[in-house]
Amino acid sequence: MRPVRRSYDEATARGRIDGLLDAGTFREFCGPTARRSSPHLPALGLPVSFDDGVVVGEGRLDGRPVLIGSQEGGFMGGSVGEVHGAKLTGLLERGLDVEPAAVVLLLDSGGVRLQEANAGLIAMGEIQRAVFRVRAAGVPVIAAIGGRNGCYGGMSIVARSCDWIVVSEQGRLSISGPEVIEAVEGIEEFDAQDRALVWRTMGGKHRRLLGEVDALVENSIEAFRMAVIGWLEQPRPLDLAAVEAEHARLEARLRRFAECRDGLDVWRDLGVERPEEIPELDADAFNAVVASMEERDR
Amino acid sequence: MSDGAARTARLLDELFGAGHGVAVDAPLVRGHATLGGRDVAVIGTTDQVHIGARIALALAGHVLDVVRDTPGRPILLIVDNSGQRLSLWDELMGNNGCIAHLTKCLDLARRREHRVVGLVHELAVSGGFMATGMATEACYALPGAEVRVMAASAMSRVTGIAEERLRELFRTSPALGPGVDNFVRIGGLHGVLDGDLRARIAEALDHVDPDPDPRRRLGTERGGRTHAAEVAAMVRAGH
Amino acid sequence: MDHLEFEFEGRGHSPRRGHALVGVVGSGNLEVLLEHAELGGNCSAVVDTSIRGFDSLWERVLADFVDRHRLADVRISVNDGGATPAVVTLRLDQAAAEIREEQS
Repeated sequence: MRPVRRSYDEATARGRIDGLLDAGTFREFCGPTARRSSPHLPALGLPVSFDDGVVVGEGRLDGRPVLIGSQEGGFMGGSVGEVHGAKLTGLLERGLDVEPAAVVLLLDSGGVRLQEANAGLIAMGEIQRAVFRVRAAGVPVIAAIGGRNGCYGGMSIVARSCDWIVVSEQGRLSISGPEVIEAVEGIEEFDAQDRALVWRTMGGKHRRLLGEVDALVENSIEAFRMAVIGWLEQPRPLDLAAVEAEHARLEARLRRFAECRDGLDVWRDLGVERPEEIPELDADAFNAVVASMEERDR
Repeated sequence: MSDGAARTARLLDELFGAGHGVAVDAPLVRGHATLGGRDVAVIGTTDQVHIGARIALALAGHVLDVVRDTPGRPILLIVDNSGQRLSLWDELMGNNGCIAHLTKCLDLARRREHRVVGLVHELAVSGGFMATGMATEACYALPGAEVRVMAASAMSRVTGIAEERLRELFRTSPALGPGVDNFVRIGGLHGVLDGDLRARIAEALDHVDPDPDPRRRLGTERGGRTHAAEVAAMVRAGH
Repeated sequence: MDHLEFEFEGRGHSPRRGHALVGVVGSGNLEVLLEHAELGGNCSAVVDTSIRGFDSLWERVLADFVDRHRLADVRISVNDGGATPAVVTLRLDQAAAEIREEQS
């Protein structure tokens, strides 16, 4: 029997795959026995991991074939180095060959691995191009965001290049980390110690209200599984009309919230009745607020 | 006009001669010009700007204008940035989403048969490079330009590796060290354009690589990134 | 970094599974990869660790591990981010339990 409320955020990369896919269907590519670890870390005196911090392979989800990649947030912050990135790129490109019901990316990453910075950055661009290619072929790419690192740096750009995004309540999605902003621009710009501020700016609820992600779920692997199943074989259009519509939506956002300085300002402007209560709501209560707002806007 | 904008204006004059239709309205660059008898759309930034949500959307809008109004016209993307903008408001607005949208527009242009070539004029940093030059089908740099992920001092703070040791490693590792030459070696840049710039850009706009993403291949050929192509191929084959 | 290699006299039977991987390489943690290998009934171990100078401790811990679980024809590979001996033993035991399981 499948455990119903296994924590997604606390699970390892492999645990997330095991819990998400149909039991016993996962087959890994370039797994740990292939020993394709980072060629760059030993020179820096740093330990490597046999899978370079990412697990990729194929399996079944609700009976349908999927390709899946899962970043291990516990290894170097889920960061993308040369091998790690190449595994994700190869996985996405396999989507062109086998046309699965989706390519699913379980993201838990601080971004580029600075210890192999250049190779990691270019790998990020390769992953992203592969996302666009597989999407253009009609295969949906689904990003799931949860875990200790959230989704930052180049990986946040990759995430927003996918068809669909689901985040956990504790998921965060942003390009620059709070610590980096504070270190460069000062504590007046961003107080990285203010965790509530971090969540109001970068957290899953703000991203959901803003329309940057498509679903917010409770912290359970089963909830992620259900969200992903709902998007199998559901690619979003990527043609000129779709991209122009997205452009209009983003331009309207920047105009509308030009004066906002806090997530609370944005939520109030969106018509959330008690914005100060949003951070305290559990996933069900929060989603009820989102649903009532969507109902009202229809 | 700022020094950076003046330098960009001089670059455009060198490329397209007097009377071209590309305007430098710092930090944005846009317009149309002719090069070797063909029309070229020019889009870009100057002043080593930080790419925030507004800049990303402005650039995306220019790309969409070209795709809509001048189908198939080659696009030259002038790259000059200091990375993504670090501010609370930009994060609040989803700068990552706006940058992803810009790259999506560049990808759309490529899929609709526009040649899209990048040229790093002065500087490209990390997320700013990913937002621009890395989303072109071939990105070149001018001699003297700089491409990097992070300055050595900041990298030292974040990784805990002494700055002196880092600078040593920079000399031997193209995967780590900043600089255009390292990015050429790992396949992240197609090359450095020296000599007759007009001729070189015209060549770049003519050159079609059948490989939808040649960067791994280039990194292997040039010896700067030797694992990526093999690992990606292994995974693609399901091994 | 230290790179250590050991060989141990095997005990008992070859494992059922081809391999087992447990743990994550992080600060104070490690990953253990056990693989079925034709080693003439013996076991071998390779340890890459970020903490130097614990050769004899690793040897003792691994010899005890092979002995306790009666392993044979197993290649042990460890990537260590500086785990305590208690964590090392825990991960080794988890890996041994996993490689003994029937293939699911």
